[in-house]
Amino acid sequence: MPYLWYADTPGVPRTWGTTALRWSGLELEALVGDAVMVSTVTTSLTDVASSDTALRAFLHGLPGVDRVGADQRAAMLGTRSIKTTAKAQAIDLAISMVDLTTLEGADTAGKVRAMCTKAVRPGGDAPKVAAVCVYPDLVPVAVEALGGAGVKVASVATAFPSGRSSLEVKVAETTGAVSAGADEIDMVIDRGAFLSGRYMKVYEEIVAVKAACGAAHLKVILETGELATYDNVRRASWLAMLAGADFIKTSTGKVSPAATPPVTLIMLEAVRDFRDATGRQVGVKPAGGIRTTKDAIKNLVLVNETAGDDWLTPEWFRLGASSLLNDLLMQRQKLATGRYAGPDYFTLD
Amino acid sequence: MAIFEYAPAPESRDVVDIKPSYGLFINGEFADGSGTPFKTVNPATEEQLAEVATATSDDVDRAVQAARKAFGVWSALPGAERAKYLFRIARIIQERARELAVLESLDNGKPIRESRDVDVPLVAAHFFYYAGWADKLAYAGFGGARPLGVAGQVIPWNFPLLMLAWKIAPALACGNTVVLKPAETTPLTALAFADICRQADLPPGVVNIVTGAGETGAAVVGHPDVNKVAFTGSTEVGRTIARAVAGTDKKLTLELGGKAANIVFEDAAVDQAVEGIVNGIFFNQGHVCCAGSRLLVQESVHEEVLESLRRRLSTLRLGDPLDKNTDIGAINSAEQLAKIRSLSDLGESEGAQRWSPACELPDKGFWFPPTVFTGVAQSHSIARDEIFGPVLSVLTFRTPAEAVEKANNTPYGLSAGIWTEKGSRILWMADRLRAGVVWANTFNKFDPASPFGGYKESGYGREGGLHGLEAYLDV
Repeated sequence: MPYLWYADTPGVPRTWGTTALRWSGLELEALVGDAVMVSTVTTSLTDVASSDTALRAFLHGLPGVDRVGADQRAAMLGTRSIKTTAKAQAIDLAISMVDLTTLEGADTAGKVRAMCTKAVRPGGDAPKVAAVCVYPDLVPVAVEALGGAGVKVASVATAFPSGRSSLEVKVAETTGAVSAGADEIDMVIDRGAFLSGRYMKVYEEIVAVKAACGAAHLKVILETGELATYDNVRRASWLAMLAGADFIKTSTGKVSPAATPPVTLIMLEAVRDFRDATGRQVGVKPAGGIRTTKDAIKNLVLVNETAGDDWLTPEWFRLGASSLLNDLLMQRQKLATGRYAGPDYFTLD
Repeated sequence: MAIFEYAPAPESRDVVDIKPSYGLFINGEFADGSGTPFKTVNPATEEQLAEVATATSDDVDRAVQAARKAFGVWSALPGAERAKYLFRIARIIQERARELAVLESLDNGKPIRESRDVDVPLVAAHFFYYAGWADKLAYAGFGGARPLGVAGQVIPWNFPLLMLAWKIAPALACGNTVVLKPAETTPLTALAFADICRQADLPPGVVNIVTGAGETGAAVVGHPDVNKVAFTGSTEVGRTIARAVAGTDKKLTLELGGKAANIVFEDAAVDQAVEGIVNGIFFNQGHVCCAGSRLLVQESVHEEVLESLRRRLSTLRLGDPLDKNTDIGAINSAEQLAKIRSLSDLGESEGAQRWSPACELPDKGFWFPPTVFTGVAQSHSIARDEIFGPVLSVLTFRTPAEAVEKANNTPYGLSAGIWTEKGSRILWMADRLRAGVVWANTFNKFDPASPFGGYKESGYGREGGLHGLEAYLDV
């Protein structure tokens, strides 16, 4: 199990086993006073994915998510009032976290080049975005256009957006995108397999795609709008992280609802708990439906008050969006000058 | 320093116009009181907000006479006409919501987020709800029942305007008139409500507001021409009132203290349960009679829940109540702060472990950090006495039966919370808990349609819903 190496990492909080073992229904090795001693940390996490039964037992043993409570918490955080200096800081942080995206059948080299130019210099003295996100065949164009400007190239892969293809095709598509120069791969999970309870199939696909990624970072898209329940969102998050995801991402942007605040909240709780349990940090990327500065700031508040400071960097949190950037730029200018400029003062792409 | 610091986001004070002094509201007019005026302060800054008249027993007598006179006219109005006034009041409350929320936060110390999103919307909802019943009492099962007459109402400082609404809305809907005494530390929104009554052209004398301390309250309760007494506050004062009313024909409802158990089972949705624990005890700085002040957590998840809880508490934002991002505001008075301090110190000296998140308290004003006591036993005073502050006592249990036993092992019985993903367990528990309100997978949720009230020393009678009408009718 090459993806579980981190379980041995020194400095892993001792008590992680309490949680993970309870969820997995496994017996604790020994109880010494109040402290829980876990003798074989690696074994238990490996056990989690050792069989379909064990994986199912683990995922179904995760604490449930109460929909009403999760919605309320997200709504409450949505009332945070971010003004003046905090707003200016949040806008620049949000810009630096944007995965500027174009995923259309009509995409062309010209469109991608234009987007890449904007990704590097969004306008004024605004920071550059984190990455551009394109279809695999346009990766070479993006790589060339960006040419070492420090903006990453992300490519969707694995029969995006439906994921309805064979594993061979998915792996081949991934390999192709990586060899064309993609720094990051945004894969989709097999929602059909997930919803029919075949968790091992989903797990193995992620493991295979992760292997095909090599050094490239893997973002696993859960398509939470199709998973429907919050329990499923938490299970899919853990499944992806167990299988080696570097990032978990809400949506393709092709299904509605996409990245709703409660879903992002639950995924942030999942990465927080996963790091507590294993010591490994996983990033989160809400994507789809984030169009305004207000939406973006609400997302940053969710990060700030759920996962905390460690996730408040483009390395660990991204915003997948296409139209968001211009609104961020417009609000940025409004803060600086005190007035709004018309839409024509912000470039289309 | 945190990466993402929220800049101050204060709600503007300009929406309120606080006068230097306030009189009593009797027979539709503001009048001077005969007692020595008292000061009301902003508990977050100790700044004086206004001077308020003290009503003596003579003043109370005038108010009761006005209410008695108005009772004839008011009770004779068709229900639909009374409803019009109540609907009008409800709409004015909505229109003046921002002003009322700011005023409430200034006078009480509660965060503007709560007064804006919880208190004031619920106040309007209560008036709307009971306005709807005014002409349908027969359909509520009270056909032919007559109103009681003059209601003497004494309310606490924790939800000043909301408690006023709980008292006044059903009383007026049923055809009674009222003399209400707000708490001496939070009279301002009641006086703003008096202005709303004038704005709504409510006939003079239907609502009278008399301000003052305990003596004024005693005069209201003890007045021979008061037909109904309604009180919300401490069990101690409740007992005094019950004694005062005993042997008279006054009808009495009491809504008193509580020491509610918030019970978390091992199969609970942990993150939401933690939110529920926080909302249960730190909502309104714990100044809530139904606060979930005893956390009963199943031993098998004790560590896990406590770890999540501590992490969550360290994100709570304590400070300026008018800042829109504040989660925990000020303690309402120096007196209450002293009480919370002494009970917490007692908890520590009795051997419970005290913990608070790193949390800077402002220099001025009355403040107490969110506090959690672990290792608490049923026999500790902090597990038995109502603290009425942001202090949580954590106890453990092993089985559902033990949870029920421990939850019920208190002289109080106002509310309880159950956190489990198992529906059948919720029903099993709810059947056995001796508490007036049992929340399942939520806490501190209020709705005008839902009756509220206690078992045992938490009082008697119900407010809210259909049951709330009964307390104001001769049935």
